[in-house]
Amino acid sequence: MSEITAEQVAHLANLARIALTDEEIEHLTTELGQIMHAVEQVSAVATPEVPPTSHPIPMQNVFRDDVVGDSVLSVDEALSGAPESDGSRFKVSAILGEEQ
Amino acid sequence: MSDELIRLSAAALGAKIAAGEVSSVEATRAHLDRIAAVDGAVHAFLHVEGERAIETAAEIDRQRAAGAALGPLAGVPIAIKDVLVTKGMPSTSGSRILEGWIPPYDATPVTKVREAGMIPLGKTNMDEFAMGSSTEHSAYGPTHNPWDLDRIPGGSGGGSAASVAAFEAPLALGSDTGGSIRQPAHVTGTVGVKPTYGAVSRYGSIALASSLDQIGPVTRNVLDAALLHDVIAGHDPLDSTSIPETWPSMAEAVRRADVSGLRIGVIKELDGEGFQAGVRQRFHEALELLEQQGAEIVEVSAPHFEYAIAAYYLILPAEASSNLAKFDSVRFGLRASLDGGGTVEQVMSATREAGFGPEVKRRIILGTYALSAGYYDAYYGSAQKVRTLVQRDFDAAFAGVDVLASPTAPTTAFKFGEKLADPVSMYLNDIATIPANLAGVPGISVPAGLAPEDGLPVGIQFLAPAREDARLYNVGGALEQLLEARWGGPLLAQAPDLSVHELTATEEGAL
Repeated sequence: MSEITAEQVAHLANLARIALTDEEIEHLTTELGQIMHAVEQVSAVATPEVPPTSHPIPMQNVFRDDVVGDSVLSVDEALSGAPESDGSRFKVSAILGEEQ
Repeated sequence: MSDELIRLSAAALGAKIAAGEVSSVEATRAHLDRIAAVDGAVHAFLHVEGERAIETAAEIDRQRAAGAALGPLAGVPIAIKDVLVTKGMPSTSGSRILEGWIPPYDATPVTKVREAGMIPLGKTNMDEFAMGSSTEHSAYGPTHNPWDLDRIPGGSGGGSAASVAAFEAPLALGSDTGGSIRQPAHVTGTVGVKPTYGAVSRYGSIALASSLDQIGPVTRNVLDAALLHDVIAGHDPLDSTSIPETWPSMAEAVRRADVSGLRIGVIKELDGEGFQAGVRQRFHEALELLEQQGAEIVEVSAPHFEYAIAAYYLILPAEASSNLAKFDSVRFGLRASLDGGGTVEQVMSATREAGFGPEVKRRIILGTYALSAGYYDAYYGSAQKVRTLVQRDFDAAFAGVDVLASPTAPTTAFKFGEKLADPVSMYLNDIATIPANLAGVPGISVPAGLAPEDGLPVGIQFLAPAREDARLYNVGGALEQLLEARWGGPLLAQAPDLSVHELTATEEGAL
């Protein structure tokens, strides 16, 4: 369908929030091209009259009452794996950079 | 005594414990000793519970002494694939980005095995986030196939399969997104079952592709798989895709196994080019045995299966790229530190660069591409249409037969590094297992023998319509009985003695 360029891979990496190195971008550009070439055959049989399937077993959305459940993590448990917290909240670095 | 205990089936070990002939502590100790002896060579485990497992076993022994009513697997040790979160035990999903994370809760299948009185021995190795067919993509180094330590144990659940094949655990939990339970079973001479999608809760299973993932049993024989299936299956309000269904006993299906009149469809497209001669030979011998017992073998066609891999490698990366967005350096796992602090986005990008391995990056970028504006319809949309076509193939086939059969994978275990440089050839391993995940139908892999050309295990796969998991246990149980009568015992009895291999591996510096 289309050739993949290094610029596209760099853009995708930015969207996916992965700081790829130039070497990785170069490598992935080649590999993605090969993989996409292999998977493009889906379009050969995906004709307009075929409906798409997103889920293997047909089912309706499942609702429950909006109340606190039985197995709720405590604040300490929820924060137990956090790289950084202030004891009651997750701590992150600056949201805006200097140029913003 | 210790060696005898580790070679028992889970069912037999559970019966001995129930009869008071052996305690759960003794059974657990025997398996921990075995892990200490051989896991240096096999590397099936990323974490071993050690004395904590003994304490859990002692508690079960106390309950039994107090007269508690316990199930058939109570006191039996179990290995748990690291994709399942475990309270108080590290859970990494084979990734650096989760190194050292101790989850504050248990996945539902883990809760269920604990409630059944089983003893978690530890967490088993896997390809990072279950992306792979060889465990070579684990951030913690590969697992070695107990049949030949220079070969892959399959993947992604190579650790669970190798742990039972090496007698380090009687049974294990696995997860199957495109064959990650069945393909390792095939290459290690063990049994693996992917239940119907939604039969087992995915709550607490670190998601790879949510519409494909399913948790299931990894064992050395069909009855053990059925007993474990009976423990873990059932509706879970914590998983909205869990099916509200009452399941028949799978163990009963094995005990009553009878294939007379069973119609078995051989999938034409999975029985020819690309499949190793010895794999096909054992497959057809197994079918002949079933035919002699009264099964009817017919050929069926599934013309769209040849597009299944392509569809899978669009759907899976698309779902994975979304699921793995949660690894954002905020709530759990790794956080990279940058000079001058950096913004949250810079920290996130640096963390994901450092924490994800090459295959994970490859699939996230691929999924992001398949979902991006302008390409969505051509890639993801088309793949979803192929999914419909694969389901229609299954519907048409199951209109005429009770179960379908194929070799579980095209070849026996390959050597480390053989397919690492070529992702597309690695993806082809899953050609026979992927269609079941796309359609949500259940599948089992049962040992069919050793390929004559290389002496390595071969599996046969059976598939059944959704919700008809019991049919797999019927045909799998029957075939196992027939084959073991022919072999004079389980296939794993022919596996090489690991202590000898351990020495060789050390001498060659292969560790």
